[in-house]
Amino acid sequence: MSVPIYFAAINGYRPEWAGALPTRLEQCLPFPMHRLNVEFDLKLFYAPERNQYHSTLILAQLLKHLPDNGGKIIGITSVDLYIPVLTFVFGESQLGGRGAVISTYRLRSEYYGLPKDNSLLLQRAVKEAMHELGHAFGLIHCPDYECVMNSSTYVEDIDLKQDRFCRECQKALGVQCE
Amino acid sequence: MNNNHSILIVDDELSVRKSLEHWFLEDGFEVATAKDGNEALEQLQDQVFDIYLVDIKMPGMDGITLQKRIMQIDKDAVVIIVTAYASVDTAVEALKNGAFDYVTKPIDPDDMSHMIRNALKQKNLTEENIRLKEKLSELNPKAKIIGESLEMQRVFEMIDQVAEADSNVLIRGESGTGKEVVARAIHTQSPRRYFPIVAVNCGSIPETLLESELFGHEKGAFTGAQYRRKGKLEMADGGTLFLDEIGDISPKMQVDLLRVIESRAFTRLGGNEEIHSDFRLICATHKNLEQLVEEGDFRKDLYYRINVFSIFIPPLRERRADIVPLANHFITKYAQSMAKPERTLAPAAKELLLQHDWPGNVRELENAIERAMVVGKEEEIRLDDLPLQLKQENADPDKLSLESMEKKHIQRVLKEMDGNVTQSAKILGIDRVTLYNKIKKYEIQR
Repeated sequence: MSVPIYFAAINGYRPEWAGALPTRLEQCLPFPMHRLNVEFDLKLFYAPERNQYHSTLILAQLLKHLPDNGGKIIGITSVDLYIPVLTFVFGESQLGGRGAVISTYRLRSEYYGLPKDNSLLLQRAVKEAMHELGHAFGLIHCPDYECVMNSSTYVEDIDLKQDRFCRECQKALGVQCE
Repeated sequence: MNNNHSILIVDDELSVRKSLEHWFLEDGFEVATAKDGNEALEQLQDQVFDIYLVDIKMPGMDGITLQKRIMQIDKDAVVIIVTAYASVDTAVEALKNGAFDYVTKPIDPDDMSHMIRNALKQKNLTEENIRLKEKLSELNPKAKIIGESLEMQRVFEMIDQVAEADSNVLIRGESGTGKEVVARAIHTQSPRRYFPIVAVNCGSIPETLLESELFGHEKGAFTGAQYRRKGKLEMADGGTLFLDEIGDISPKMQVDLLRVIESRAFTRLGGNEEIHSDFRLICATHKNLEQLVEEGDFRKDLYYRINVFSIFIPPLRERRADIVPLANHFITKYAQSMAKPERTLAPAAKELLLQHDWPGNVRELENAIERAMVVGKEEEIRLDDLPLQLKQENADPDKLSLESMEKKHIQRVLKEMDGNVTQSAKILGIDRVTLYNKIKKYEIQR
């Protein structure tokens, strides 16, 4: 199985610390990784009463930029994401579908009143992107707390898990993490 | 993560349904959604769910009403109410009505995650509790058998004698005497007690179904056999197989059963693989098997196989010393299940119970007491609380109407003649057609 993955910076969001992100993803998802820049008007998905952006609608917009070759797209943005019924989401994906989106907004240490830490931010972004891509490849949450597919509702949960799939999830995906 | 757990999301907003559906699918749930209360109740006709996530404000049926309806169908349902801040008071009302918890929109993902984890824990504990209670009552079977009469003491002795042995047992007695209760008592005193007792009522299942019920079937064995299914013989492996109304099985089934009893091996319908099952066999019947053997309706070899040890449970009319203790036992039982105070038997009611012949045996007595517990309002169970039929049958013969006398006399003769209409008609001095008409008119059970 070789599925091209498109790593999309939404509206040019390409911070320096994120340069290594696609390469880190390749360690567990050994597929052709393409970098993209996608541009669209995020204001269309802004909810002023919540001061947040509707992730499902952003994801739908993102999918328009995915070439029709059986690949999957993952978008990265710095804005705070939500789905209507929840207060926030770190990211969203289509289960067994074509794409996913993640936000770094709540992955930043500064959000929690702590000093800036780009190394930690990269770790978190890698895990969150791998988690959402795992869903896009059809994986559900994993009970192994060290597996990247373990459910995370706190940023501390993300820090606890590894940036790799557990054996069972690797088997289900048909991949081997380096 | 939550494999095998199901959730029903009820919300009138499509975006909310979609978001939550997606969230729970990622968590490994089987998810169903409904846009309103009616659609939710329709889905409940097909299956119950482990968790119900119900929006409080919906057009038509609101969440509180839906919660009540769900709990009428599935009394242990775990219902979580989803509400806006403005309706927290209503959510509190839902909690009073038995909802598991409530959550306010928009929901914090961590709150949701914890709540669902706790809800599943609660669900598992409830189910475990039910299973343990069932096990406990199985392990204490004698608590279920009430009998102070010498006749029942003899039955208890026989249960003790045969329980440890692995012999086949035949329990005999009229309908409603408690043959299955005795079978379960034997099982739970036997070394096989940690394995299941599997009961099959051979009289209530058509032959073709009985075959598949006992032997199981392979996928595609017949129209509608979409999956492989284990039969009761297989399920009883290590434990006890209880075949009730064994006298009712067809000649073909008698042959099949004889083979299984001899070899403890069989094949599923539509299969070739020989399956071995190690079970102890207990059979029961209200019929006269010897007579059936004599008339050629029951195989002699099967009869000898199942009748290694025989226990006869006397009808209630022959052990009247048990009537009042049994009645008191059922009063306690129904007082608990109906959450009513315990009641005593008024002297006249007690007298009536003792006089009655109880053709339906313990089952009839239980029904009479249950009815009395439902209709009675006083501290005592009075004559008026007992079924009308009971009172008519036991009324003072000097005060009976001609019709009641006739009905009573016909019943007595039919009982003496084992329900044989020709012989009964001869004794009564009427023809068979007239007797049939009277049986129909008086609704007499033969």
